[in-house]
This record gives sequence, C-alpha cells and structure tokens, in this order.
Amino acid sequence: MAGIVSFGAYIPFHRLERKKIAEAFGEPGGKGEKAVANHDEDSLSMAVAAAQDALTGWPANRLAAVYFATTTAPYVEKQSSTTIAAALDCQAQIRTADFTDSLRAGTTALLAGLETVQAQGAPVLVTAADCRLGGAQGSFEKELGDAAAAFILGDQDVIAELVASYSVAADFLDQWRSQGDRTIRSWEDRFVLSEGFFPQVKAAVSGLLSQAGCRPQDLAKVVLYAPNARAHATAAKAMGLAPEQVQDPLFDRVGNAGAASVPLMLAAALEEAQPGDRILVVSQGQGSDALLFQVTDAIRKLPARRGVKGHLASKKQIAHYTTYLKWKNMLPLEAGRRPQRQRPSVPAMWRNHEQNLAFVGSRCTACGTPQYPKQRVCVHCKAKDQMEDYPFSDKKARIATYTVDYLTVSPDPPTVFVVVDFEGGGRIICEMTDTDPAQLDIGMEVEMTFRRLYEAEGIHNYAWKARMKR
Amino acid sequence: MAKGIADRVAIIGMGCTKFGENWDKSAEDMLLEATYEALNDAGITPDDVDAYWLGTLSSGNSGLTFSVPMKSEYKPVTRVENYCATGSEAFRNACYAVASGAYDVVVAVGVEKLKDSGYSGLVVGGADTDGTEPNMTAPAAFSFLAPAYFKKYGLDPKQGKEVLARIAWKNHRNGSLNPKAQFQTEVSMEQIINSPMIAAPLGVFDCSGVSDGSAVAVIVRAEDAKKYRPDPIYVKALSVVAGYGHGRFHQDYDFTTIRENVAAATDAYKQAGITNPRKEISMAEVHDCFTPTELVIYEDLGFSERGEGWKDVMNGVFDIGGELPVNPDGGLKSFGHPIGASGLRMLYELWLQFHGKAGKRQIDNPKLGLTHNLGGFPWQAVCAVTIVGKELG
Repeated sequence: MAGIVSFGAYIPFHRLERKKIAEAFGEPGGKGEKAVANHDEDSLSMAVAAAQDALTGWPANRLAAVYFATTTAPYVEKQSSTTIAAALDCQAQIRTADFTDSLRAGTTALLAGLETVQAQGAPVLVTAADCRLGGAQGSFEKELGDAAAAFILGDQDVIAELVASYSVAADFLDQWRSQGDRTIRSWEDRFVLSEGFFPQVKAAVSGLLSQAGCRPQDLAKVVLYAPNARAHATAAKAMGLAPEQVQDPLFDRVGNAGAASVPLMLAAALEEAQPGDRILVVSQGQGSDALLFQVTDAIRKLPARRGVKGHLASKKQIAHYTTYLKWKNMLPLEAGRRPQRQRPSVPAMWRNHEQNLAFVGSRCTACGTPQYPKQRVCVHCKAKDQMEDYPFSDKKARIATYTVDYLTVSPDPPTVFVVVDFEGGGRIICEMTDTDPAQLDIGMEVEMTFRRLYEAEGIHNYAWKARMKR
Repeated sequence: MAKGIADRVAIIGMGCTKFGENWDKSAEDMLLEATYEALNDAGITPDDVDAYWLGTLSSGNSGLTFSVPMKSEYKPVTRVENYCATGSEAFRNACYAVASGAYDVVVAVGVEKLKDSGYSGLVVGGADTDGTEPNMTAPAAFSFLAPAYFKKYGLDPKQGKEVLARIAWKNHRNGSLNPKAQFQTEVSMEQIINSPMIAAPLGVFDCSGVSDGSAVAVIVRAEDAKKYRPDPIYVKALSVVAGYGHGRFHQDYDFTTIRENVAAATDAYKQAGITNPRKEISMAEVHDCFTPTELVIYEDLGFSERGEGWKDVMNGVFDIGGELPVNPDGGLKSFGHPIGASGLRMLYELWLQFHGKAGKRQIDNPKLGLTHNLGGFPWQAVCAVTIVGKELG
C-alpha cells in the first residue's frame, strides 16, 4: 500500500509580530506572529529546505519523481521541480511536475504522488511551499505566512498509509491572482466562506468518511485548511471534533501558508502521531481534497529531524515592519550608487549546475584534497583531470574569517560574507544569511543553505550560502 | 641562461598628475599631462620615444587609448592590465623592452579615470559568468584579513582598530605634506576609528578612495642613462607573481598574510641581492588599498617579524623619520588610487626622494627604494615588487 515514508518541514528563521504591522499603521492590537521568508528565499528555496529535512538519512538518488506544489512559483513559465531535483542531486532519469494555481495544490500533488508510487513501484518526493503576498495594511498581509513541507512517498517502510481519498472540484472565485498581480485579490469574506469554503470542505469530508466507513470520533487528528483562525474553528466545530482532535493550524506562529498550509500541519501531526492513528487531511481551493491516512508501527523507527517543532523553536523577530516591506520588494527604494546585478550567463549556469545547485565540488584522487568550486587542476598537488565529484552539503562547517559589507548592492544591507571551512577539507567564500553580525566569530559552526542569490532580467539564480545553525 | 634585470635598465624621467576627483580632466588629458612632464624631465621629445606601454584597468582598451590623443606616429603602443598591479606591469614590460635591445627609449604610462562612473567605491567589470561569485566589494574582501590577524596575534577588536587607524593616520599625515595627493589634510585617530563602517571592521578612513590620475616613466638601458642626465635611477629587481587561488580552496591559508606578497618579495630580494630588507631598504611605497593590507604587507615583505607588524606600527617604525618609512607620499590611502597609475606613482615618489625633491617628506640620503603593487584579492592576487637604487652595483 502506498503511503508516506518520511516527512520534513521548513519555516523561515524570521517572524514578524502582528502588532508591529498594526503599529506601523497606527492601529491597535495584532496577535501572534507570522513567518517571513528572507529576501533570498522563495517558495523554491524553501521547498528544497523542507525536502532536505524529509531526506534525513534517506538517499535522494532513489527518487523516481519530484513534485512541487505552490501558488508562488518563481517563474510563470519554467519548471521549478527540476531545480529542486537538481539541488537535491537527484538522478537525471526522473519525473518532475509543478502543481500550481490552487491552494489545494499540496494535496493534489500528494494524491498524484501516491498514484505514481502505485504505478511505478518507486519512491516519490512531494514538496509544497508558498510565500504569498497581501497588499499593505490588508487582512491577507496579517494572515499569510511563509513555509514549506515535504513528503517522501513509497510502498516500503510506510509510516502512514493512504486509506482513502475523496475530491470535489468547484470553479469558485474565492481568492485569485491574474498575470501581473503581485498581491491577492478576493471576493468578500461572507460569500467566500458560506458559499465556498464551508460547503466544499463539508462535501469532501462527508464523501470521504462515507467511502471509508469512518466516523469523526475515529479520527486521531484532523488536518484542516482554513483561510483564517475563525473559519478554522467554525469548520472544526461543524465536524463535531473535540479540541484534541484538531491539528493546530499554526495561524498564531506561522500564518496561513497557502498550498503549504495543509502539508505543514500534516508534518506536525506526524511528529506526534502514534501507530494506529487515523489522520484526516482536508485542503480547500476551487474544491477540496480529503485524504485519510493510517499511521503504522514504522513511525517509531523514523530518525529524528528538525521538522515543524524544531523550526518553530528556532526564530528571530524582525525589528521593523519596513524590513518586511523591503524583503517583499514592496518599496521603491532609492538606488545605491552601485551597479545593478547583471543577468548571469545561462551557458555558464548550465555547465555549473551540479556544482552550484547540488553543492558538489571535486576531490583530487591523487592527493585526496576536496575543493570547491570544481577544479581540473588540483590546488594542492597540481595533478590535472584526476578529480571525482565530492558533495559538500552534508559536511560540518566553520567560519575561518568574516566581514560585514555595507557597500555592496543588496535588498537589505549590510551583507555578511564569510570564509567557511568544511570538515574533511575544502572551503568556500560565500554570503552568510539569517545571521546576527554581532555574533560572528572565527571558529563558529555554520550550516549551508540553498538560497536565491538574486533575480536579474527574469533569471533567478540559486546557490548556497552559510547561515547560523538553527 | 637568463641574465635577470638588475642594473640593466634605468629611469631617466618621470611625471605624475595630481591625483583626485579630476572632474575637469579626461583620461586622455591626464595621460598627456603626465607623459609630457616625464619627457620634459628626461629632456627628450616624442620623436625620441621608440615604444609605449600603457597600463589601465578600465579606462580604455587597446594601445589606441594612448596613441590617438598623443598622436604618436605609428609607434608600438601596448595596453597591459593586471588588476591594481597594472602600473607596475606597464613599467616592467617597458624595462624588458629596452633590456632586450629591441628598443632604446621606452615610456611606461599608467592612467585611470574612475570618477566618471558615478559609483561609490571601485567597480570592476569582467567576463560573463554564472553569476554565483559572491558580490563583495574590495573593502569587504580585504577586510577578511582583520579578524584573522587580530585573533591570531591576540588583539581585541578595540586594539585591532587602533592599529589599523595608526596606519591610516600615518598615511594621511604624509599626504598632508604632498601637493599632488588627493587628500592633503591630517586626520585624527579618533576620526578614523569612529568613521562610518564600510566593511566591518573597516571604516571610511581604512579604505583608499576612488581617484583619477596618471603617472609616467621614461626608461633606457643603464649604459645609455648618463647621456640624458647625471642622476638616473637604476632598476635592481622586477618581480611579478600571479597566485593560483590557493587560499580560496585550501584551509592552510589563514588570512594573516598574502602569499603572493611573499613570493614576489622573495624573488625581488634575490634579484637585488638583499638579505635584510628592514635594514637595506631605505624607503618603500606599498599597496595600502586598505589598512589591514598594509599591516600584513610589512610582515610579508620581511620589514617586520610575523605577528610583530602591529607593534612596529604603534612604535612608528614606518613613519617618515622612522627606521623604514613606508608610503612617505601618503600611499593609496591619501595620494589616491587610480588603478593603472598607482604602480608608477609609487616609483615617482622614490624618484623625487632620490633627487632630494620630496620637500617636507624628504628622507635622508636614501639608497634603495621598493615599490609593492598588489591586485586581486587576499586569497588570489597578482603582486609586483620593484626595487630601484641610486647607484650601479
């Protein structure tokens, strides 16, 4: 039986308290905080991070497919799942697909992934991520949060089997964006909830429970999408659920993470799940997907990972609402007296894609010296063309020296640059992100993280940076 | 068997514009001004010149950048570039040209016009890449030296900042005595330490400014020098080293030195027969693009023991009047750094010093002078070391 084999999550390091948003506009109140992706993150980079979490102790080259679900893909035309597959160093013979445009894309991708497992008899990675944007001072701005989750699906060592699923489609304009829209448009709440959200969820849930011969009281946890906390509570109540059955929607600590909402909650549910638990997963967006999972004994053998818990615990507050606006590129800032980024050379990107995306360097087979970027002539023994591929992404890393550059062009200066030394040899000179310049020290341990360096002339350029350990 | 360059060529004339924000002068204006000053100083005319080497990083391509404004009559003009060591590179090539016997009189021209760009700080173009090179500025790249040096030699951040400031203070003080320098005002230690951050821990005053300027040298073979003047200056050593980025890839490099400095100096000292640079070198012009660069240069060139450079700084060893004056003309810091010109401007100060024409900066009876010109990054550099002297032998 196909099901979930492993799971992972990613929540960005930074949080913005809602009261900071309110204060900026001279308004009272504001409860909780939302997770905010840094300016060098996007749905793709977050999906990679969540996938890495899911791949804890699991070889990526076994994957037969990589699916990516989002409503905020970096490109309108150019697949993102191929970038994710490259970053994870998957094999070339792999199926990839992006699932987009709907808030239920995450569950749609899960269903498609589970069917692929059944058809291929091979494992599939499904990632979901979103960094949706609401207009300034609006309710979306307060409600939305950035996050990602990932699942390895397979038919062996399954920790949660798919027991049943039920989907309804409804061509319903609740929230939408057209070409060129940066922020979300929506119809009024009352209509969206009473004619869209509540009935669509009800139809999928009752359809599923009936098909599976399952009653609400049989469910250990219900993972339920909702646009906000109030709608969530109302829908849960209508299902007749006891409080302990309702999976925390994380509105107060992350926000509504769009297509990643339900996947994130599912990951959180699995972190606490016991063998035999039945977990109902319900998404909504132009209809609703309902999935019923049964947790197996194998969940006990799953190695620990950072997951939702670890990411929730590791955070830093954004000091100013204006920083959020800068990161989301919502302010026309005065240009610095430095040249703007030029577009990268695509042939050079292509030649170096394994190196840049998967963070693979070379090791000299004559003397054993690892080096990054890949070299043909060894920096140590000068042997030519005696190199083998050498992955750096899993190596422990420390700072050899550092600086804080106030002059270089950046959406949010200053920029920290570091020289990072890897256990076993090799070093990289790179940017350091998600860090506090005051804490930099020689010898400090760091992690490497996959980020978007910049976008120039419509080309998004991804590579690895260092960050403080979370 | 190669014969080396020591005592085979001589400088017979030099010129140098004022360095600074020369808004009213183009690159062509400045190279003409400095070239004619050098030709006049040598007592020759353009007709007497057999070939030109032009050093510029980004102020023009091809020898045409020089030959067109100069209207040189179908003469050989070669444009060379080696990052910030370009000026020394132009000089070096000109020296080999006359030493080879292919030419008798050669002129080395360095020029840079940086202030037309409108940018804050240096911007260097390059070939198309995959765009993943970290986009750090030059101050950031050299700023890596500071925390590494401080930590290795037990200086806390405050002490470290003071040592760097003392270097900037020295160079500004020297520049205040120099009518051709970009900045001619003394700056206090306090001002330097408290200046706005550029690339922590470097502030504004730890960084050389962006400038325009040109400097030129006229070179002949040593045996012809006295036909032109009684007091030529002889080249004792020419060294250029291009690194291979060892420090970029290998953990052995600890950012408290620049290996190319050491390699170039070792070669130059061998050529010139120098065994105790601290004692035998009378004065030096070194590449103080940033204060920590000058600090590690002292140790790399053997002026200070490893780990002791900072003490020598605080003891005034490198001040004018100290044991070994470094950057008596103000250095890159205060004279300015128009990239293609700097290597030649360094020689220009030695030229003035040897001829007793350094005014308030005059060093007593100098015998041997050294220029050190560095391009690239601490982990991957080109370094040119040139040694010149008053006497043959």
